Amino acid sequence: MIIVGEKINTSRKTIEEAIKKRDAAFITKVARDQAEAGAHYIDVNAGTFLDQEVDCLCWLVETVQDEVDMPLCLDSPNPRALSEAMKRHKGEPMINSISLEEDRLQSLLPVITSQPCCVVALCMAKTAMPTTMEERVQVGSELIKKLTGEGFPLEKIYVDPLVQPISVGTSMGIATLGAINKIMNDFPGVNTICGLSNISFGLPERRLINRNFLALCISYGLSAVILDPTDQQLMATLLAVEMLLGRDEYCGNFIDAYQNGRIAGG
Amino acid sequence: MSEFKALTEAVVKGDIKTAIAETQNALDAGSNAQSILDKGLIATMDEVGERFSKRLIFVPQMLRSAKTMQECTKLLQPFFQEGDVTSKGKVLIGTVKGDLHDIGKNLVSMMMEGAGFTITDLGVDVSPEKFVQKAQEVEPDIVAMSALLSTTMPAMPQTIEALQKAGLRDKIRVMIGGAPVTEKYAQQITADSYASDAGSAVSKAKKLLGVS
Repeated sequence: MIIVGEKINTSRKTIEEAIKKRDAAFITKVARDQAEAGAHYIDVNAGTFLDQEVDCLCWLVETVQDEVDMPLCLDSPNPRALSEAMKRHKGEPMINSISLEEDRLQSLLPVITSQPCCVVALCMAKTAMPTTMEERVQVGSELIKKLTGEGFPLEKIYVDPLVQPISVGTSMGIATLGAINKIMNDFPGVNTICGLSNISFGLPERRLINRNFLALCISYGLSAVILDPTDQQLMATLLAVEMLLGRDEYCGNFIDAYQNGRIAGG
Repeated sequence: MSEFKALTEAVVKGDIKTAIAETQNALDAGSNAQSILDKGLIATMDEVGERFSKRLIFVPQMLRSAKTMQECTKLLQPFFQEGDVTSKGKVLIGTVKGDLHDIGKNLVSMMMEGAGFTITDLGVDVSPEKFVQKAQEVEPDIVAMSALLSTTMPAMPQTIEALQKAGLRDKIRVMIGGAPVTEKYAQQITADSYASDAGSAVSKAKKLLGVS
């Protein structure tokens, strides 16, 4: 399971403050903690800075990679921020994200085909958000075909089937889970990825809901996830589920985590 | 409100069947449609909105109550007399240009409708031109804009400017909301109000128009 550490995001007040002050020590600690907790990519997002987003994102890339030897997940809806950040990135980044929305697709295609990278392909169509599993699969399939048509390697595509809150519709969970399963089956070799927190919007006990959703996503075939790897309870769920699905020889990872105190109580 | 106790309970619980039955009972008993709307439905939705703001209930309950009220209002429609004041104000709402997110906006629309406002919902990806065109047609008291991406937020000041250029800004109050939007941003772009969720959107709207 590929883990993208989500914590360096300006939607968190402490991160926004640290970036404002250019507090490199704070940011690198958050990155390092996530790396040590098992992240394979560190997500960096400076979205709340609006006009200064490009500068802030570039600063994040340089600051984190100065101290932490890990590829980053460059997270922005702004194509210019992504291409500028890519220029400063050492190694192969993950680009978060491309979609079928006209602007994003046209401006990002040349960017992601210009240097080696992975890309998150978000199942957003041109005129409306998908509301059903079928719509997600349709948009996802179209995106995959467009990207591979441009020579982009299938295994470097991480399809995000869009997570919408269960509080606004009882089929929202199944829509995402079914889409993950279908896409993984229809395009062997492709990857799927998602964040968790959208699913629990508007409900109490969000962490409980999120980690159970993680378990379901993994069992439906999700191959990568954007989460907080320093959340022990969440990571314990991930380890337990991977083990239960037969992906942990001799239960080694699970027992190792337990012996190192990383499995939080229950 | 004790006048329509059974109706109120049904709306709170989101029990459409009972709510419709109770609405019919009230009409049969000679209650005035306006009175049923104000005391049995709108007042109940005010209560629901408050409970939501206090986190006593959650989004699904709010949605369920709003849907229940919608069904009851449909039943009352033919009984309103001309001249009845059935609206607290007109609201034109939409998600801004380039942005397809609508869940939050839909919640706000539902709750405002429940509170007695008349809603014209333009959907998503609404350009400044479209906001202006519809505002000229509908003559709203409030224009409400939603954005969920930092890249689409600039459409908000653009829309305000477009309303200004069309000579409509003085007659309209502008409200904004959405995950990346802040009170500070609202002040920066000279919007009249900012709301962080559907519950507070209703109270802010009432405040803007000086209604209760």
